[in-house]
Amino acid sequence: MTALLEVRGLHVEIALAAGLLKAVRDVSFSVDRGRTLALVGESGCGKSLTALAVMDLLPPRAQRRAETLRFEGLDLRKARTRRMADLRGNKIAMIFQEPMTSLNPCYTIGNQLEEAMLRHRKVPRKVARDRAVFLLEKVGITAAASRLRQYPHQLSGGLRQRVMIAMGLMCGPAMIIADEPTTALDVTIQAQILSLLASLQKEFQMGLLLITHDLGIVARVADRVNVMYCGQVVESGEVTQIFDNPLHPYTQGLLGCIPIPGKTRPGDYLGSIPGVVPTPIGDMKGCAFRNRCTFLSSACAAEDVALREISSDRAYRCLLSPETCAQNLRGRAK
Amino acid sequence: MSDPMLRIRDLTKTYMVSMGLLKVRRPLRAVNGVSLSVEKGQVLGLVGESGCGKSTIAKLILRLEEMTGGSILLDGKDLSALTRTELARRIQPVFQDPYASLNPRKSVGSIISLPLRVHKVGEAASWKKKVDEIMEIVGLVPRLKHSFPNQLSGGQRQRVAVARALIMRPEIVICDEPTSALDVSVQSQILNLLMDLRRDFGLTYILISHNLAVVEHMASRVAVMYLGRIVEEAETRSIFERPRHPYTRALLASVLTPEPGRGLPETHLGIVYPNPIDPPPGCTFHPRCPEATEVCRQVPPEPLLENGRFVECHHPGN
Repeated sequence: MTALLEVRGLHVEIALAAGLLKAVRDVSFSVDRGRTLALVGESGCGKSLTALAVMDLLPPRAQRRAETLRFEGLDLRKARTRRMADLRGNKIAMIFQEPMTSLNPCYTIGNQLEEAMLRHRKVPRKVARDRAVFLLEKVGITAAASRLRQYPHQLSGGLRQRVMIAMGLMCGPAMIIADEPTTALDVTIQAQILSLLASLQKEFQMGLLLITHDLGIVARVADRVNVMYCGQVVESGEVTQIFDNPLHPYTQGLLGCIPIPGKTRPGDYLGSIPGVVPTPIGDMKGCAFRNRCTFLSSACAAEDVALREISSDRAYRCLLSPETCAQNLRGRAK
Repeated sequence: MSDPMLRIRDLTKTYMVSMGLLKVRRPLRAVNGVSLSVEKGQVLGLVGESGCGKSTIAKLILRLEEMTGGSILLDGKDLSALTRTELARRIQPVFQDPYASLNPRKSVGSIISLPLRVHKVGEAASWKKKVDEIMEIVGLVPRLKHSFPNQLSGGQRQRVAVARALIMRPEIVICDEPTSALDVSVQSQILNLLMDLRRDFGLTYILISHNLAVVEHMASRVAVMYLGRIVEEAETRSIFERPRHPYTRALLASVLTPEPGRGLPETHLGIVYPNPIDPPPGCTFHPRCPEATEVCRQVPPEPLLENGRFVECHHPGN
């Protein structure tokens, strides 16, 4: 079976006055139908640019190149602007973080919901409206028909994000890219929105590319995880592998930073990662994480670290052997 | 028992909200009869959804807003009897967004020393030394003194905000979502710093956060707010082990810990957060409550105090 979305060797570079910013470096992943891949990392790690690169929505100065960029057999590298516009909102839907800024305040909810379907399917307005009502009900919005006449400012944040999801589903996409879909929402609403997204994904067998900084969300929603740092994938694997047996020092460090009720002792020191993320401008040599890494050796600076595959579905980018990494993890737990 | 550091009684804040041209303005009770007390050296966690009034309480304690009713006592003395500067010496805030709370045109040194200048503490010559001291305490390297906020990372900015809050050695620090704008690896650094400072200076914190994992880690007591009222208040451990209010249970259930295989929780909460201008009759939580009965729809629940635990519910769990 071929993957729904396949990305190999994706680079995004932005020319700045200070030099060439290598925002995404050699990122590869694939998303299958009905499966969820999470791209997780801290701000500035390139996760959002990766998504925008797939959608060909990069800012004008950013350049993208890739070995493979394939969606349902279509080579996205060669797709023209027009062809991409046919895909967006049709076959691939995107859900952004801020439902306040991604909905147009001047148009009604109904107008914005119908737009994608009128554009892509050339159906009569009545059909689009019925579909909009059907989907608003599907995402748990009451009095759906009357909501169509409302404007975004009349809805709460949770409702707006539900509208965004309904909008993404209008044309029955094969794939959803969700960029921090619940970051602006309350925890109670977050759980509801994620459950909704997960159940709709199952129902319609969509592929989901989930971009988030929240490891809690990743653990509960994703099937596969790519941990990104400084534009690179530093570790990838199935969700249980990543959380139960993290290999890369960055993944291990990140997991140690989070307080977990019932597991971390209140008042104890939380783990932390010293230092700050370097800006990948100009030539980066060696491991990007080395200056914050507790297991630094001279070899780390000497050469670029390749992604090491230890099985068909598991890889990490570190010079240490898997055994040493596992040992380090046990050391941290003490 | 001695007087608590901070005692809040029946605190109320009502905003008059415009309903449109030519319409009567209507009251919005952002804080509706809140009573709380905080002992010296404690960390009180204040949790709840956005719009529940937790930040309004912070503003009332800082007197950035004037209360409509009730009283706040600091060490037994009424807060309103203190002048602004006296108050600022004793209570200081650390806000959520270190990008917005620091003046972009002032250097770090100048931002941190501002309280000293305002309060005219000691000689101008001694200010420099004090700034150096506090910067070392919060883990900022001295050379950053001449930097501007835009040259700092998010974590560094929040350290500057903490340094500014602490330079007058206040007794109470109100942390309003201190780490929400920060990355996880930086969040843990700031939390560790706040815990160290509390130990070293005997500080009392009021920690406002929507992140319950953070609250569990930091707080000694937790107060859960819903629609302007405290619905449950107890020691952190007992709240997390045996939540009594259905809303507390829902909040706890919705914490997504990084534990794969546990799936997504079902909170059983309806989707609508009620309009605070038109609060539901009876128990304000009843439209979203999975356990609501007839009495909940009609009668507001009475506060119930048992074994140092406070809960406001007709059907509290055990």
